[in-house]
Amino acid sequence: MNVRGLTSLLLLLTVAAFLLSLMAGKVWIWPNSWAADNADGWIFLELRLPRAVLGLCIGAVLGLSGAVMQGYLRNPLADPTVLGVSASAAFGGVVAIYLGLNLLPFGLFACAMLSAGFSILLLLVISRGGGPVGFILGGMVLSTLAGALTAFVISIAPNPFAANEIINWLMGALTDRLMADVGTALPFMALGVALLLSTGRALDALTLGENGAKSLGINLFRLQWIIVLGVGLAVGASVAVSGVVGFVGLIVPHLIRAIYGEQPSQILLPSALGGAILTLTADSLLRLVPGPGEVRLGIAMAVLGAPFFLLLLLRYRKGAA
Amino acid sequence: MTLTVRNLGFSYGQRRILDAIDATFEAGKLTVILGPNGAGKSTLLACLAGLLKPDAGTASLHDADITRMAPTARARQIGLLPQGAETHWAIPSMALVALGRIPHMRGAGTSTDDRRAISAAMSATATEGFAYRPVTQLSGGERARVLLARVLAGEPSWILADEPLANLDPGFQLDILNLLRRQVEAGKGVVAVLHDLAYAVRFADHLLLLHEGRLFAQGSVENVITPANLAHVYGIDANLFKDEEGAVQLCIKGKVRS
Repeated sequence: MNVRGLTSLLLLLTVAAFLLSLMAGKVWIWPNSWAADNADGWIFLELRLPRAVLGLCIGAVLGLSGAVMQGYLRNPLADPTVLGVSASAAFGGVVAIYLGLNLLPFGLFACAMLSAGFSILLLLVISRGGGPVGFILGGMVLSTLAGALTAFVISIAPNPFAANEIINWLMGALTDRLMADVGTALPFMALGVALLLSTGRALDALTLGENGAKSLGINLFRLQWIIVLGVGLAVGASVAVSGVVGFVGLIVPHLIRAIYGEQPSQILLPSALGGAILTLTADSLLRLVPGPGEVRLGIAMAVLGAPFFLLLLLRYRKGAA
Repeated sequence: MTLTVRNLGFSYGQRRILDAIDATFEAGKLTVILGPNGAGKSTLLACLAGLLKPDAGTASLHDADITRMAPTARARQIGLLPQGAETHWAIPSMALVALGRIPHMRGAGTSTDDRRAISAAMSATATEGFAYRPVTQLSGGERARVLLARVLAGEPSWILADEPLANLDPGFQLDILNLLRRQVEAGKGVVAVLHDLAYAVRFADHLLLLHEGRLFAQGSVENVITPANLAHVYGIDANLFKDEEGAVQLCIKGKVRS
């Protein structure tokens, strides 16, 4: 099948996963009751729709950011969390919950986004002119710092309930988000995605190394800005609405590369679609698991993702030997 | 049509890498930059390619300062074959060659011009046979030709090659040198950093001999490759001689006794 055919198929699967996410759950809601004026209609509008839209956007953002980070660092083990933006946004969210700002409209989102924005600025200063290595080290420093501060805030939580609320939020989930929250995050994600999609040609040129790319007229300094801003806005906004959902950004580009080949520009859009499909499907399946509570999406992703990634690594090693 | 450097200097921090280099590179000639490790050869090439900004003097292309040219305009004129033959993803050879068209591309996809240049570059380097094979699966000799095809695909007037023969067997080294030679005959300017003095003697039209960041000698093979120069710069006892067919060859006898 050619590339266009493959992409059309992914697009179809994305639509299917989105529809599944709208319908699946402890209560199945079929399309004929989507506009109904009863409990089903209410569940659809207030719970399912925001959740499905969020799953679609977050999955796409994480898949795309992962593909861009791996292309930029020319390292298949990179993912969006490398930059430390996720950890910083999570720290902002935790502070908001600690101070009770999450009870205000947009309070949590604003805090997380501000913290993410601050980390973006810091990262640009730290890694200035340092190339990918400065970039990774800067991101690691930010990640570690934000993680430590987050642990500190949890440790000084006034009571176990507050600590519990913080930890629960950190685990990452798409549940109980209001359409308004989703709506606030969308413009940030859209801007980030647009920036990231524009990096394809520069990432391709980096296949030849930094000097090769520069000699082709690629401005690596500008590319670094675009990536920091793009990943920062898109991933920062995702974490701000849904906590940290890991592994999507790491795994999806690998799956897509197995189908589309390794050219960085060719896997950007497919990785976004793949991320959306994976996230929506996983979230729908989690809702179908019988039992009282629900496994958090962030946990499920990690539990499913880790063995899968191990398998990938083993296969790579076999290929290299 | 010339590339020129005037009073060029470059430092990494306190360390002076290049100092007061004056040289002119001409189209239709193969200029070889020689010098021992650390003499500043690659730095000079990087200044010519616009990758490094000299901190003294200028590097210019037909009177235009290279560091002030728009990167894309510069990339269309000056192609660089970087050191180390880096290829980071297992993309097909043809996709790698197509990267050479990036300075010419506007919008998405490839134009007829792009496709023509790509296939011309691949046929000139005899790489069509493995157009669809991933570059990571090619032999060193094949990959070197694909990487050169990538530079040719951009149709630059100038080709700068940084140690293009490194890690190649003699047959493959001659393949690359002959390909560069053919570009020179087609009127392009080629500047190559080489380590192998014997090849420099055989293939160069013009030589630059660098020593500790300064231009120690420049000119024709006979003027630059003299026993005195080689003893001073490389510490070797060597001289040129004419073989039975009348071709100039280099004979290295050993280290200079001190």
